[in-house]
Amino acid sequence: MNEFGDAFYTALMMIVSANPDLMEIVGLSLRVSFSAVLIAAVLGMPLGAALAVFAFPGRRAVVVAINALMGLPPVVVGLTVYLMLSRGGPLGVLGLLFTPSAMIVAQVILVMPIIAALTRQTVEDLWFEYREQLVSLGVTPRRAVWTMLWDGRITLLTAFLAGFGRASAEVGAVIIVGGNIDHLTRVMTTAIALETSKGDLALALALGFVLLAVSFAVNAAAQILRDMVVRAQG
Amino acid sequence: MGASTIQPPTILAPTILPLAIEGLFYAVAGRTLIESLSVEIAAGSRTVILGPNGAGKSLCLRLAHGLIVPTAGTVTWKGPGAAQAKLRQAMVFQRPVLLRRSAAANISYALAVRGVPQAARPGRVEEALTRAGLAGLSDRPARMMSGGEQQKLALARAWALNPEVLFLDEPTASLDPAAVRAVESMIQAIHEGGTKIVMTTHDLGQAKRLADEVLFLHNGHLIERAPAEQFFDCPSTEQAAAFLRGEILA
Repeated sequence: MNEFGDAFYTALMMIVSANPDLMEIVGLSLRVSFSAVLIAAVLGMPLGAALAVFAFPGRRAVVVAINALMGLPPVVVGLTVYLMLSRGGPLGVLGLLFTPSAMIVAQVILVMPIIAALTRQTVEDLWFEYREQLVSLGVTPRRAVWTMLWDGRITLLTAFLAGFGRASAEVGAVIIVGGNIDHLTRVMTTAIALETSKGDLALALALGFVLLAVSFAVNAAAQILRDMVVRAQG
Repeated sequence: MGASTIQPPTILAPTILPLAIEGLFYAVAGRTLIESLSVEIAAGSRTVILGPNGAGKSLCLRLAHGLIVPTAGTVTWKGPGAAQAKLRQAMVFQRPVLLRRSAAANISYALAVRGVPQAARPGRVEEALTRAGLAGLSDRPARMMSGGEQQKLALARAWALNPEVLFLDEPTASLDPAAVRAVESMIQAIHEGGTKIVMTTHDLGQAKRLADEVLFLHNGHLIERAPAEQFFDCPSTEQAAAFLRGEILA
């Protein structure tokens, strides 16, 4: 069990000393995952809310499909994006393969179904409560979608966090489309995978602790934000 | 109190009344909840739909307001302004549905939905809050207000829209006596402003205080329709008489 103690100590030292390599990796991880979750939220939240508010034929099928896509295997997404972005692929001309942008694209695909599905569930509950009042006022379904997203903002933070958890923890997609290139596309999870395969378990575990700490910090910040909003706006 | 002294609201637009309800049926999962209901509701007087719990009062109101679609029958606005009917009505529910934002923002949201220009909204919001006695609470998050304040805000929001017809579904059912009094006096003021009031209640005292005419509903049927005084003094049906005596109707 000494490895855990050593790893914890190493992790602490790396954080306290603001090890530049570590900071670079953490920074890139945060940048990729936050960008991906933001884009996924911009696309997925209106989609999820629209699925809850609009009634159209085939709605249930779309809901089932999106729920199923929550379980997309990251390696499959990585491989698909790889094929799209590789030189011979349909989007090869963009030259995005093995760049942070490619990693963001892959994570958007992974995260969007999660955010859309959780948003749909939240908004559906809210819509049940609001529907008659909003219809009575004469609110169009389009406006209702935005109203639901705004009024559900506190609960929807959870969808955002779930998406961030998924993005920051996955390794399969980013390692395929990013390539784990030092100083370019190396993020925490791919660094952990690399150090483990090199046999440097202490460093790998230390990175694991850092990843955990980052995740903890993001969730704590979200909780504080939520409490502030609740206190101010009910 | 006489309905005849009441002037119609904002004479700018032609009236949407009367409202003709013809042969209305409403059934869910094979159970008929409203049965062959026909009634014409005219401008002016305060119409109170009275009846025991489960009589179909709320359904009746929702059907009239167009929130639910009848299984059979028609709901038709017959006035010359009928094309604008959707924008000339408002409804207040038993449990107020307030948005998660400030009291003032709740009202200005409704005004925006109804197409009131942005510049005109703050004045109307303030006026509505003042009329409801909520002027000091405009920045208060609506969901953090007391039950009575929430219902007054819901009423103020409906009032701000200057509806020609206001539907109220048991608006005081879960309020304390002081709030009931405040809400009832708001309803009275809205009525005096020329808005047609159509409300449900199972509270006899409230019906006596507010009704000009009574529609008595039981088991989804319209049993009796009469001017309030006549209904309470000498009801023409046995069911209404039994209800007025405080008996539980079968």
